Amino acid sequence: MADVKFQSEILPELDPSAPLLDVRDLQVEFRTRDGIAKAVNGANFTVNRGETLAIVGESGSGKSVTSQAIMGILETPPAKIAGGEVLFHGVDLLTLSKERKRRVRANHVAMVFQDALSALNPVYTVGFQLAELFRKHRGMSKAEAKKKSLELLDLVKIPAAAQRINEYPHQFSGGMRQRVMIAMALALDPDLLIADEPTTALDVTVQAQIMRLLAEIQAERQMGLILITHDLGVVADVADKISVMYAGRIVEQAPVLDLFGKPAHPYTKALLRSIPRLDTKGQKLEVIEGLPPVLTNIPPGCAFAARCHYAQDVCRTDIPLLETVAADRAAACHFSAEVINGE
Amino acid sequence: MSDIALEVTDLKKHFPIKQGIVFKSTVGQVKAVDGVSLQLRKGETLGVVGESGCGKSTLAKMLVGLEKPTGGSISVRGEDVTRLGKAGMRRLRRNVQMVFQDPYTSLNPRMTVGDIIGEPFEIHEDAVPKSGRRRAVQDLLDMVGLNPDHINRYPHQFSGGQRQRIGIARALALKPEILICDEPVSALDVSIQGQVINLLEQLQDDLGLSYVFIAHDLSVVRHISDRVAVMYLGRVVEIGNEDEIYDSPMHPYTQALLSAVPVPDPTLRGHRDEIILEGDVPSPANPPSGCRFRTRCWKATDKCASEEPLLQIRQGAPHANACHFAAPRDVVHAVD
Repeated sequence: MADVKFQSEILPELDPSAPLLDVRDLQVEFRTRDGIAKAVNGANFTVNRGETLAIVGESGSGKSVTSQAIMGILETPPAKIAGGEVLFHGVDLLTLSKERKRRVRANHVAMVFQDALSALNPVYTVGFQLAELFRKHRGMSKAEAKKKSLELLDLVKIPAAAQRINEYPHQFSGGMRQRVMIAMALALDPDLLIADEPTTALDVTVQAQIMRLLAEIQAERQMGLILITHDLGVVADVADKISVMYAGRIVEQAPVLDLFGKPAHPYTKALLRSIPRLDTKGQKLEVIEGLPPVLTNIPPGCAFAARCHYAQDVCRTDIPLLETVAADRAAACHFSAEVINGE
Repeated sequence: MSDIALEVTDLKKHFPIKQGIVFKSTVGQVKAVDGVSLQLRKGETLGVVGESGCGKSTLAKMLVGLEKPTGGSISVRGEDVTRLGKAGMRRLRRNVQMVFQDPYTSLNPRMTVGDIIGEPFEIHEDAVPKSGRRRAVQDLLDMVGLNPDHINRYPHQFSGGQRQRIGIARALALKPEILICDEPVSALDVSIQGQVINLLEQLQDDLGLSYVFIAHDLSVVRHISDRVAVMYLGRVVEIGNEDEIYDSPMHPYTQALLSAVPVPDPTLRGHRDEIILEGDVPSPANPPSGCRFRTRCWKATDKCASEEPLLQIRQGAPHANACHFAAPRDVVHAVD
């Protein structure tokens, strides 16, 4: 705890006893031609130091928008934060001024994006982009900044870093580029790292390298990590706890072993069953019939009801709230007791 | 007739690297596919796995005639199709069709679904008489699980999974025997992937199709394939029945690939024998001498640099691999 920057001049009101990140009832809307799309419709979760939270969901479930809202990098408009709080050690990041947000982003919360090629600036060398962070936020001289950048490239295990520091992003392979992104995110020693599909564009052997690197650095620095992904395999490997999102809502929250062992929401259960496994060889895969709802026109009641085996009349009228179903876990389903018991 | 639907022998595709604007000269070759031999049996699914740049998509394009091989041969029903003229290629395309990866860019946004699926009939006019074409398209829509009344809709009115069904319907229009599927489900969400995989399996049973199924998702390939070929830098390094490859891989690359796949089971965390490979795949313009995998391999010796291992059946396994030091290794149910 000692290394938390509580004496930070950026956020003097930080409360060390509050959780690292506490997101409360976050709501994000997009204005579209077809009406208002509720991309995030009441997200609640907390992340503590040294903890890995995985946010899992399919495209359009709101997981990336959630992370962008936390980072304060949503384009507004078209997006609009319609409600909720993002508390970083008790300070609501949503209410900060633009300049303070910028400094929080650099020093406290950092992000790794999916597509490193478009996230890096193609006309500057990798070394320049890294050094810029130290020069702008730490007021270092060029030489000092370069030295620090080199240390970072070594930290993320880029071979021959001294030569590569002068190369441009396009000269790096996908995996190496992702390492540069991670180096940039770690540069100012953030307390929380958000990784949005950090390995989706990479091959499996490279994915394994990157995930191992992230895990090592996280353990060493005791960062909080939010991992956004659709890959349940990666989640099973690294997450401490999981939030499953569907149509803008969190439908289930549980520690990793509980979620995989006994899912409490029909969507989680169906998702886990739809992965091809050894024992499904030669059989039809279990699938979730139908499609997720259109976000501009979410039906009343539970958004998953139309695709759900457990659905009853109540599901089509009453929105199930995210309620505690067992120790440390919650689900938003009227029939979570039946689901969890495998009935 | 033999039971071989398609046979590929020593197939090569080298792309020239050109330099200069007026006086272009070739300064090198990218050896995307460099000596691949495969057989696809009738009614089976041959999975092809490998990382980006291993040449699996180039292989697929050559199989349907979208790229001309620079060496080797492809024979369909015993006939070498690499030296066919225009008329011959038309005949080939009727028999070998392709399902593309990206259901968003592989359908023309300005054509209706009916026109997209019916286009093959306009090129191959003898396939279905003009009067029966609309009916035939509706039958195809029905066959892939779409509403036949949606024949006049445009691609943007469909979801990703439905678009992939449209792509499959188009590929089936001319009643081919062989379907080359290049990453057909990788652009889809997990819950939709299953629907498309089930459809492909269903169609194979109903129509007796043979599939070449190219994907990087090893668990999907395991689910659908009868046999699996593993590619690395333009070559096949190991090939065998699905259970041979997944349960007793012999080539170090196959072992590393399988061990790197995250398993959706948190109880196995820390109990898996993960082989983390160092570095990246070398450039296919300048592949390493001898065994191409040796630069990342923990078993490599001088022999691997000087002598290229051939794809053959070696001691210890009933299936073929290309490694001088092939040996079994327990990869702890890497893909279950």
